[in-house]
Amino acid sequence: MTNEEILSKLRERFPEVVVDVPELIDFTVAIKPEAVVDVARFLHDECGLDYLALLTAVDQTERFEVVYHLWSIKDRTTEPFVLKAYIEDKENPTVPSVTPLWRGASYQEREAYDLMGIRFEGHPNPKRILLWEGFPGHPLRKDFENRTYTFEELKPTRPTGPEW
Amino acid sequence: MLRTETITLNLGPQHPSTHGVFRLRLQLNGETVVGIEPVMGYLHRGIEKLCEQGTYVQVIPLTDRLDYVCSMTNNQAYAVAVEKLLGLEVPERAEYIRVIMAELTRIINHMMAVGFLWNELGAYFTPAMYCFRAREHILDLFEMTCGSRMMCNYMRPGGVSGDLPEGFLPAAKKFNDYFKGVIDQLETFLNENEVFLARAVDVGVLPADVAINASITGPMLRASGVAYDIRKVDHYSVYDRFDFDVPTCSNGDVYDRYLQHIKEMWQSVRIIEQALDGIPEGEVMNDQAAKALRRPPQGEAYGRIESPKGELSFYVVSDGSANPYRVRIRPPSQINLSALKEMCEGHKIQDIVIILGSINLTMADLDR
Amino acid sequence: MDVLNLLFVNLREAITTWLAGFLPMWAAEAVVHFGVGLILVVIGLLAVMVLTLGERKVIGRAQDRYGPNRWGPWGILTPVADAIKMLTKEDIVPEGADYWVHLLAPMCAIIAAVLIYAVLPFGEGMWGTDLNIGILYIVAIASLGTIAILMAGWSSNNKYSLLGAFRVVAQLISYEIPMLLSIVAVVLLTGSMSMVEIVRQQSVPHLITMPMVFFVYLLAASAELYRTPFDMIEADSELVAGFFTEYSGMKFVMFFMSEYFNLFAMSAIITTLFLAGWRGPILPGYVWFFFKCGVVIFFYWWVRSMMPRIRIDHLLNLAWKFLVPLALVNLMVVGLVDKLIADGIVQDVVLLAANIVVAIVVIGLLAFASRKTRSKRLQRITARR
Repeated sequence: MTNEEILSKLRERFPEVVVDVPELIDFTVAIKPEAVVDVARFLHDECGLDYLALLTAVDQTERFEVVYHLWSIKDRTTEPFVLKAYIEDKENPTVPSVTPLWRGASYQEREAYDLMGIRFEGHPNPKRILLWEGFPGHPLRKDFENRTYTFEELKPTRPTGPEW
Repeated sequence: MLRTETITLNLGPQHPSTHGVFRLRLQLNGETVVGIEPVMGYLHRGIEKLCEQGTYVQVIPLTDRLDYVCSMTNNQAYAVAVEKLLGLEVPERAEYIRVIMAELTRIINHMMAVGFLWNELGAYFTPAMYCFRAREHILDLFEMTCGSRMMCNYMRPGGVSGDLPEGFLPAAKKFNDYFKGVIDQLETFLNENEVFLARAVDVGVLPADVAINASITGPMLRASGVAYDIRKVDHYSVYDRFDFDVPTCSNGDVYDRYLQHIKEMWQSVRIIEQALDGIPEGEVMNDQAAKALRRPPQGEAYGRIESPKGELSFYVVSDGSANPYRVRIRPPSQINLSALKEMCEGHKIQDIVIILGSINLTMADLDR
Repeated sequence: MDVLNLLFVNLREAITTWLAGFLPMWAAEAVVHFGVGLILVVIGLLAVMVLTLGERKVIGRAQDRYGPNRWGPWGILTPVADAIKMLTKEDIVPEGADYWVHLLAPMCAIIAAVLIYAVLPFGEGMWGTDLNIGILYIVAIASLGTIAILMAGWSSNNKYSLLGAFRVVAQLISYEIPMLLSIVAVVLLTGSMSMVEIVRQQSVPHLITMPMVFFVYLLAASAELYRTPFDMIEADSELVAGFFTEYSGMKFVMFFMSEYFNLFAMSAIITTLFLAGWRGPILPGYVWFFFKCGVVIFFYWWVRSMMPRIRIDHLLNLAWKFLVPLALVNLMVVGLVDKLIADGIVQDVVLLAANIVVAIVVIGLLAFASRKTRSKRLQRITARR
C-alpha cells in the first residue's frame, strides 16, 4: 500500500484520535498518546508497515512528541510514514510501548526514557540504557541545566552485590 | 539437596576482544548460555545534545566521531538529511565524489569486520593484518583528499568541502585493480577453512522475520535473506546510474554474515570502477548552501543512507534559527543488537564471542 | 668427522679424568653429573630465549611484517629485554588465595618441564642418563604438568580461573591417550623403552615406516602443548586468560617458560621417536638433532600463524572419537606386521603400505560420514560473488 492509501485508511478508521495539524508535511499523522498502540497495531497488521526505522522523542516548548518513522520492506516504500504522538502533559509524560509489535523499539524506547524522561508503559525492561541508574535528571530536555559536574557528583552509584 | 544454579558471568567492559567498551551479562549453565543482557553506555558522550549547541556545519565534525571507522558515510548521512530540510541540489561532480568515498568507506569497514571476526576466531591476527594492509591504501587516499585519515570532515550539506587533488583518480584506479587481488586472496584462504566452517555454520542464526521485526538493517539483514538495500530502494545520490547487485545469503548465521561482507566488497569494487570512469567536471559545492544554512525553514527532515553497518539516518528538526533544534541519530550498531537473545541463547561462550564479532559493532556508534 | 661427533663426549671424559686426579672417583663422577645437569637446564633456557623471539619473528613474517627488531641487530636481544621486564614486575597474590599452593603451582609446572631433559639424547653419547624406561619416565613427568595447572586454577580465588583450569585439564588428559598409544606402537616396534635404543634401531626413520602413527602423535602433542589450534586456554578473545590470570611477575614467567620448555622437549621427543634422533650423514649428530628439532618447531609456529582455534566440544570430540580409535587401529596394525614379518627392509615396506591403507580407509570413512554436511556447505560456498 502506498503512503496515501495508508493515510486515508487511517483517517477513516481512527477519526477521533487524529489531531489535525495543518502545517505538517505529507504522510505525517499526529495522534493522542493513548491511542498509540491501536494505531500502531493497525499500521503493522493491516497496512504492512513492518519496519520501524526510528523512534524519537522531541522536546517542543508546549509538548513532548514521540515520533515513529515507519517503512514497509515488503512494498519498498521510499517515503517514511511518520506517526507522531503529542503528549501535552509535560510533568509526567507517558506513552504505551510498541515493543510487542516492533522488537526494534525496545532499545530506542529505553533511550527516550533515559535521555528525555518519557515513560513507556508495558515495556519489558524499563531501565536506563546509556546513563546509570541514579543519574539526576534527563539530559536531552531543554530545561536540563548544562553545567560542569564534579567528580563526586558523577560517580555512578554502583551495586556491588549479585546484581553486578 | 543437589541444586543446579546458573552462574552470572560478566564479559566485562574491559574486553580483551576489540569492539571497545561493552558489557554483556551472561547467565551460564555450565558452558551453555541461558540468558544474555547487554549493558551499554560506557562511551556515551552526549553528541545529540552537543549538536544543538552549534550551527549546522559545526555538527559535521561531531558526526565523524560517531562511527569512527566509517566517517565519510556519517558525514554523508547528515548532509543528505540537511539537504532534504533545505531543499538543496547537489552538483553532479560532488555526487560522484560522494559515491566514490562512500564505497571506499564500505570497503574499509568490511575489511575491518572480516579481520576482527577472524581475530576472535583465534587466527592470531593474520587475516586482520592482510585486511589492514589494504585499508592503509584507502586511508592514504583519504589523506590525499581531505587531509585526515579517519576523521574526515569532508562532506557538507550542498556538496563536498573541496575538490579532489590531482593524483587522486589514477591512485584510486590503481587501488581498485590491486584490491580485486586482495579479496580473491582472502576468499581463497578463508572461505573454505574447515575449522571456520565447523565453528561458524549454524551458529547465531537470525531468521528473516525476526530481523525485520527487530529493525535490523545492513549486511545482517541481507545475510538473513532479505534483499533490502537503501541504495536501491531510495535511489539517493546518483546510485541509480550504476549497475550493481544486492547480494544476499540464505541462512543468517555467522558464516553467512562473513560471506555477505565479502560479497558486498565485490559490489563496491564494481561501483567504484564505474564511478571513476564516469565522473564529470564541474563545481563541487552548491552556492546557495551557506546562505540557506543561516536561515533554514522551520520543519523537519529524515535523511537516511546505506552505511556499511546498516541504515544510518538523521532526523533533523529545525525551528528557524541557525542552530538545529533537535538532531536524532539512528545508530545502526545499537539497533542491530536488538535480536541478540534469539541469536545467542543455547550456544557456548566461545560462540557468543564470534557472534558479537559477526554483528560488526562499533561502540562509538552504539552509545553516541 | 668422528672428532667432531664425539667432541663433547671426549670433553666429558677428559674433565672426569682431570678431576679424578685430586678427588676420589665417585666425587669426580658426581661433579661431572652435576655439571651435565646444569648444562641441560642452560640448554633449556637458551632454547626458551631463542623460541620466544623466533616465534614472534616467524609469525610476524607470516603476517607481512617484521617481528620485534628494536633490541639488537634483528632484535636478537629481545629476550633479554623480556626477562628484565618480567623480573621487575610486582608479585601479586590475590586475597583469599591459597598462598602455598599458589606459590608451588608454577614451580611444579617448570619442574615437570625441565625433568624431561634428563633423558633426551642430543647426540652420540650425549645424554643426561640412559634410562632403560626412558619413554615411560617422560610420560609420567608429563602428567605432573597437568596437576600444576589444576593447582594454579584452584589456588587463585577466582571461579573463572577454576573453570579455565577444568577445561585445560580435560584437554590434557584427553590427548594423553592417543599420545600414549602412539608411543606404545613405537616401543612395540623397537622392543625397548630406552630413548637411545629407539634411535639406534631407526635405520629408516619411523616417519617413513609409520606415517599415521606420526600424524596422531603430532596432533596429540599439539594439544598437549596447548598450541593453536588447541589453544583455548590462552585465548585472549575469550573471557579471561584462563588459569594463569592471577599470576604476575616471576610466577607468570615460570608458567610462560614451562610452556616453551615443553615445546622444545616435545619436539625433541618427536625427533627421537620418529625422525631418527641424531642420525644423519656428514654432519655431527648434535647438529642433526637440533636441526630436526628446529623443523618440528617451525611447523608448530607455521600452524599457529594460520589456523583459527577450535571449540572445546569439537576438541574433545576429536580426541575421543577420532584420535583414540585411530591410534588403536595403528597399534594393531603395527603389532600384526611386527609379529608376522621378520625384521628388515621388507618389514619397513609392509609397514608403510599398511599405514597408507589405514590412511585411505580413514579418509574414505570421514568423507562418507560427512557427505551431507559437505554438500550443504558447498552449496553456500559456491554461491560466491
